[in-house]
Amino acid sequence: MLITTPNLTRPDESYARLIATHEGLSEAESHALNARLILILMNHIGDEAVLAEAMLLARDPSAV
Amino acid sequence: MKHDIPERYTLAFRLYPYAKSPDQDATTPVRHKAVVVGGGPIGLATALDLGRRGVPVVLLDDHEGAGLGSRALCFAKRTLEICDRLGAAKPMLAKGVQWNLGKVFHDDRLLYEFNLLPEGGHAFPAFINLQQPWFEKFLHDAIVAAQAEGAPIELRGKNRVDAVTPAADHVALDVMTPDGPYKVEAEWLIACDGARSPLRNMLGLGFDGRVFEDNFLIADVKMKADFPTERWFWFEPHFKSGDSALLHKQPDDIWRIDFQLGWNIDRAKELEPARIRARVDAMLGPDVDYELDWCSIYTFQCRRMERFRHGRVLFAGDSAHLVSPFGARGANSGVQDVDNLAWKLALVVEGVAPERLLDSYDAERVHGAEENILNSTRATDFITPKTPVSKMFRNAVLALAGSLPFARTVVNSGRLSMPCTYDGSVLNGADHPAMPARTRPGSPCPDAPLDRGWLLSRLGRGFTLMGIGLEVPKAMAGHGVALEGLSLAPTPELGARYLGGAERAVYLIRPDQHVAARWDHLDEAAVAAALARAIGKE
Ligand SMILES: Cc1cc2nc3c(=O)[nH]c(=O)nc-3n(C[C@H](O)[C@H](O)[C@H](O)COP(=O)(O)OP(=O)(O)OC[C@H]3O[C@@H](n4cnc5c(N)ncnc54)[C@H](O)[C@@H]3O)c2cc1C
Repeated sequence: MLITTPNLTRPDESYARLIATHEGLSEAESHALNARLILILMNHIGDEAVLAEAMLLARDPSAV
Repeated sequence: MKHDIPERYTLAFRLYPYAKSPDQDATTPVRHKAVVVGGGPIGLATALDLGRRGVPVVLLDDHEGAGLGSRALCFAKRTLEICDRLGAAKPMLAKGVQWNLGKVFHDDRLLYEFNLLPEGGHAFPAFINLQQPWFEKFLHDAIVAAQAEGAPIELRGKNRVDAVTPAADHVALDVMTPDGPYKVEAEWLIACDGARSPLRNMLGLGFDGRVFEDNFLIADVKMKADFPTERWFWFEPHFKSGDSALLHKQPDDIWRIDFQLGWNIDRAKELEPARIRARVDAMLGPDVDYELDWCSIYTFQCRRMERFRHGRVLFAGDSAHLVSPFGARGANSGVQDVDNLAWKLALVVEGVAPERLLDSYDAERVHGAEENILNSTRATDFITPKTPVSKMFRNAVLALAGSLPFARTVVNSGRLSMPCTYDGSVLNGADHPAMPARTRPGSPCPDAPLDRGWLLSRLGRGFTLMGIGLEVPKAMAGHGVALEGLSLAPTPELGARYLGGAERAVYLIRPDQHVAARWDHLDEAAVAAALARAIGKE
């Protein structure tokens, strides 16, 4: 089951870190970083069913 | 000889020269039990398997042997096991180049190495590399040997099928030969006439799928080089000879080199020897001496027929399904078609099994083709990404794969052909929950070393009842089918591959060495019921 209820231990910090991680990168570099980040997080989650839910939700955020 | 049967390709081996058959002078068409059209690897294997099972079979091909040229190269373990059952594997193994190790590069970086067969205790290696004409020649040698032992196989070269007319109890064929046309009939027709299948077209049957918008230059070069016997694959190689490149060893000091050229190319220009040499030089470096042996450009496709059985016509091999070569699933999957079809057709021809057993050929091999097309499509999409975002993710995977092992599991330069498990087949019987998943009903039996020799070579030509840790009768019969008993003492390999958590096991094994059903005790009534199911009587 994909967790969609609040689950971030430090939401503001994590969001700021995400933005800071992209600092100084060109748009193409940022896209590549995002791709690597998604892959790393995908592996952390692991479960194919959870990933499928997350991808559906990202494609259509109203589909909860 | 009055009529010319033009050759569409040059022969590597002339194996079955044209000889006039008495059928050509018959006043009414002669009817045969089984006719195979096409003498490529799949047609030859079909004729061999049927003939060894005692089914009289005539094979028609419009050439007289194996074609020259760079096509199939990698033959998988399961193919070798099937060829061993057919008496053809020994020379393949002797001539073929064995390999288990692969290396994957991005640009000029080695990302990682992989080993295809980390598990010991198998008679055959994961793969051998052998040029397709040799594979065909060894099948033909086995046909000659089987004929000498009385197998009713007849090969007719320069016999081109020009028309096919299905009827209720046979299929009529119009055949052209150097001595002119004749008619012949088949109770069962097996269409192994390749990707362009004239028979499929004559019957107006579809072949749907997808063409990949890319061209691949295949160059076989002859050189004395001391690269190791491994498969090397480059994504975006630093030597810029293509968007991807592959280097693979063949017998006779020949190497297969493969360059991905892109979609909008000038074919004729790319095939000029000077241009090919420039690409090869960039890859191998300036000091390597080599000759170009054979070169061609391919566009890859994934297609299949909706159904492989059309009444008395059965399609097998490339005529039924086509995949891109990534993963070496073409000939390898066609050989599995043969393995699946021959015993079923033999039982139907003998009148032991009902005709609907052949519908399970359709169901099981369509399932196999789906799996192969899925794998081949995914590999092709990884190697030649279709959109900028797909390419970005592909390169992100490659960027991580050097240091993070998880990313290597996503890298896809071809998932090399593995045998298909017929999950959900109507032929499957009882399963046992404590036994390993890899030998569940529908699975091909994994090999295992025995006291003397190997497990697979001990399985019978027909159905086998295998007992591990318990005695099964040496012979049983049911529903007109003989059942050979094989009682084995547990070994570590048999334990891991067949027992799992069970203490003993009884396996009902089909003639194609796939598991039909399994139990942890011997119940002859249950075995008879599973046997009935496995021959389509239920
Ligand atoms: C570049 C490349 C690399 C490949 N690499 C691999 C690999 O590594 N491993 C692998 O397993 N597969 C590989 N393949 C696929 C493999 O070559 C094919 O899957 C295989 O040849 C199919 O065999 P077949 O017998 O079904 O058809 P074919 O080999 O095409 O044989 C068909 C036969 O039918 C005959 N025929 C056609 N029409 C008629 C007619 N009207 N009358 C009589 N006879 C007729 C033809 O002359 C021919 O002999 C590769 C293919 C390519 C192109």
